[in-house]
Amino acid sequence: MTKEIKHEWPLFEVFVRAKRGLNHVHVGSLRAADHEMALHHARDLYTRRNEGVSIWVVRSDDVAASSPQDKDAFFAPSGDKVYRHPTYYSIPDSVPHI
Amino acid sequence: MTASEQVFADTIARDQRVEPRDWMPEAYRKTMIRQIAQHAHSEIIGMQPEGQWITRAPSLRRKAILLAKVQDEAGHGLYLYSAAETLGADRADLTRRLIDGRQKYSSIFNYPTPTFADVGVIGWLVDGAAICNQVPLCRSSFGPYARAMIRICKEESFHQRQGYELLITMMGGTAEQREMVQDAVNRWWWPSLMMFGPPDADSPNTAQSMAWKIKRHTNDELRQRFVDMSVPQAEALGVTLPDPELRWNSDRGHHDFGTPDWSELQRVISGGGLCNTERLARRRAADEDGAWVREAAAAHAARRQEAHP
Repeated sequence: MTKEIKHEWPLFEVFVRAKRGLNHVHVGSLRAADHEMALHHARDLYTRRNEGVSIWVVRSDDVAASSPQDKDAFFAPSGDKVYRHPTYYSIPDSVPHI
Repeated sequence: MTASEQVFADTIARDQRVEPRDWMPEAYRKTMIRQIAQHAHSEIIGMQPEGQWITRAPSLRRKAILLAKVQDEAGHGLYLYSAAETLGADRADLTRRLIDGRQKYSSIFNYPTPTFADVGVIGWLVDGAAICNQVPLCRSSFGPYARAMIRICKEESFHQRQGYELLITMMGGTAEQREMVQDAVNRWWWPSLMMFGPPDADSPNTAQSMAWKIKRHTNDELRQRFVDMSVPQAEALGVTLPDPELRWNSDRGHHDFGTPDWSELQRVISGGGLCNTERLARRRAADEDGAWVREAAAAHAARRQEAHP
């Protein structure tokens, strides 16, 4: 990165809801001067073929993320809790609907 | 091998995706940035050869189609700059490198488009070759690039079909129109074969790229696939592909074909194509002419932020 480049437009992450009933899903990023422009650009860039019914944009700076290096320790607490899964419990075959 | 290197090697070996925040070798990061940037630049410069025809297309239907297609190329460029930014590249910096000639774009876009048949042949052959190249990249080991390629490939299919349909229409027209199509095919066939890059023997980076799974087939494999695809399409259209050595080889189960003029590819890559200067000058002018708009939008956003913090 050279010094004379001015970061005039910040980066935004874009999330699109494909249709009613589904979650918004991350689709990519874009540059825009503000949130309003980011929404317009997101519509032009990520929904040219009816891919969405709703869009969220979030400043990339505002996203906090877990670190891949700490992945094992971070997710370890759920690793040894097999009793959280229904298959942990044995029920006689003769018992219906459970 | 360090623990990080082992995790990276295992991810590649298991055919899983590398994601932006994962540790990766510096050479992998650099190669990915270069590959994605060059691809993004190609999409952006690729708007020019056909863009010139938007106002001259012969009907409102053809204008609307061409406008949508060129808009897609812009979109593809932006998906790719977005993927490059996940690796720490900055898209303003990448644009600067393109304009200064420090980064390349596909040499195919340095050929001129003198007739409307060129629009059809670009869709059929150039976008067809691009699809051949890009479909395997949907399985690139770098996640953001693979995901961008999936979107792009879905949209490229429209590009190829509109081109082929345009050519069918022209072939059903006057003798002059049929000649125009044949002339365009004669000019674009060899440059399209060159889009797959130099022959495998002269492609020193292929082995490393295949090991990293950022390239899935060699240049020559993809070129062969493209020739085999195109022959029946040319037949259905009623045009001749300009290669006297082109014939079916039943032993190989593939078509044999002639050797492209590799010195021409070298010449065009190093700036000696018919349109290199014009394409870069146009991109530079668009960047410079748009600067005041970007600055005004940024100033407006800053002022609003001050008024309503």
